[in-house]
Amino acid sequence: MPTSIPADSVGLVQPQQFHFDQPLELACGRQLDSYSLTVETYGTLNADRSNAILICHALSGNHHLAGYHSMDDRKPGWWDSAIGPGKIIDTKRFFVVGLNNLGGCHGSSGPNQLNPETGVPYGPDFPIVTVPDWVESQARLADHLGIQQWAAVIGGSLGGMQALQWAIDYPQRLRHCIIIAAAARLSAQNIAFNEVARQAITRDPQFHDGHYYAEQAIPKTGLMLARMVGHITYLSDDGMREKFGRDMKSGKLSFDLSPQFEIESYLQYQGERFSTAFDANTYLLMTRALDYFDPAASFGDSLSEAVRGAQCKFKVISFTTDWRFSPERSREIVDALIDAGKAVSYAEIDSPQGHDAFLIPIPRYMEVFGACMGQVVADIPCAVQESR
Amino acid sequence: MRVDLDIIQNWIRPGTRVLDLGCGDGELLSYLATHKQVEGYGLEIDHDNITACLEAGVNVIEKDIDEGLATLRNASFDAVIMTQALQVMHRPDQIIDEMLRIGKECIITFPNFGHWRARSYLALRGKMPVSKFLPYTWYNTPNIHFCTFKDFERLCVERNIHILDRTVVDNEHRDRWWLRLWPNMLGEIAIYRITR
Repeated sequence: MPTSIPADSVGLVQPQQFHFDQPLELACGRQLDSYSLTVETYGTLNADRSNAILICHALSGNHHLAGYHSMDDRKPGWWDSAIGPGKIIDTKRFFVVGLNNLGGCHGSSGPNQLNPETGVPYGPDFPIVTVPDWVESQARLADHLGIQQWAAVIGGSLGGMQALQWAIDYPQRLRHCIIIAAAARLSAQNIAFNEVARQAITRDPQFHDGHYYAEQAIPKTGLMLARMVGHITYLSDDGMREKFGRDMKSGKLSFDLSPQFEIESYLQYQGERFSTAFDANTYLLMTRALDYFDPAASFGDSLSEAVRGAQCKFKVISFTTDWRFSPERSREIVDALIDAGKAVSYAEIDSPQGHDAFLIPIPRYMEVFGACMGQVVADIPCAVQESR
Repeated sequence: MRVDLDIIQNWIRPGTRVLDLGCGDGELLSYLATHKQVEGYGLEIDHDNITACLEAGVNVIEKDIDEGLATLRNASFDAVIMTQALQVMHRPDQIIDEMLRIGKECIITFPNFGHWRARSYLALRGKMPVSKFLPYTWYNTPNIHFCTFKDFERLCVERNIHILDRTVVDNEHRDRWWLRLWPNMLGEIAIYRITR
């Protein structure tokens, strides 16, 4: 709970609900006749609507990027470290937009929301949505907000994939694309971890083939296991050693299966907390969106060809100990962009925190990110800056 | 602009695609982008330089050149430049091969270890030369592969590398007419334009 709101926080914020009635054709062949998106915005849209930034969320993220919903909140939004007045993504300069993606579980149309056609939650019947589907829905949100061109689209991990897709699908609609700790496609190893997570969920007896809402059940164990596996892959070996080592809770072995090492209780605690805060069907759907992401596939397997039409300036950032979305994957994006002759810069941040690093305000990361944002500011049309 | 960079920019045609290995704070690329509409990329490992490039809007890629340039396609750049970095490479010969593979032509500058001051320092004092321009001692220097102009040109002959242009400047990067009389003795920095 914040006893007082810090000066560099966006403060108390409220999400908004946007409803869309124009049917959305999805990659899977199905369509959503209507849908809702839960959105949060910070800062003020300038007169010619040229200072808007879209932040795309990762697997377990949502629209609540920064600030607090109430003074009882235990924590601020998931990227509060980067978004706020005077912060790296400065809400005094930018109009920042965050949304819960379609298929999410925080208010946007998704498995845990009522299907208007049936009056019961979609559950497993909610279509498998893809990164391009999300970008399409985000473009319609931009239309709705009157934003013709984003000053930047920014995302980490799965969010970075959306940023990349934006540059490919809507070259005219963004000036900068900042891709952090992402990949142009998942490796087999990465898909393998997702599959373990999915098996853990779908094999939980409480899963009921995804119709657990009607059964008043939650596949808690499955979701918890899925999250535990995820967490292991988001940390690095060194990071875990540094944070937990072989530290024991009581200081001695108890010769039974109760959690004795600190790392065990940490994972169980994290998994437990997540299992009641997140929706299992959404988790399944999000991991599929990750697996399916492969913009090069439609361009003869050439990422260079996929990005050839892009017009924005790219910044790519990775973290040395991130093995779930390793620097090699980011370098593949960079190589393709250079090959296609696109404006791109790349920084590889030294950090022990693995994939989690993209949410941590590491000094050099913030320095690099800040320099990138300086360019985003510089490219806001002059007339607007003068009129401010 | 530094005189060596000014000489180099004169060799770059407008509207071309340039790769600068060890681009520093991006001064050259920034100039080429503004004045010659050059599409440039710089590789750099120094963090402060990378930030400086980002702030200047120069395309900079964090990369250790010694790890190789295999992901860059053959002849994908009109020019590949390396200023004052050849002597810190683990294998200068291999990096030159790579530069010639990626670039249609290459521009390389390096300090001349055959300069009279280096020669006399070693000859008279019997110690590895240390100067204001090359301030490191033998055990902590990043400059692990010094060569002279003659050495470099010998490598070019051995590897069938054509020298298109060459010039020498002093340690303040000034062009002086007398340097051209006996470059290997008088020139402190060599600037070569080469191709395969």
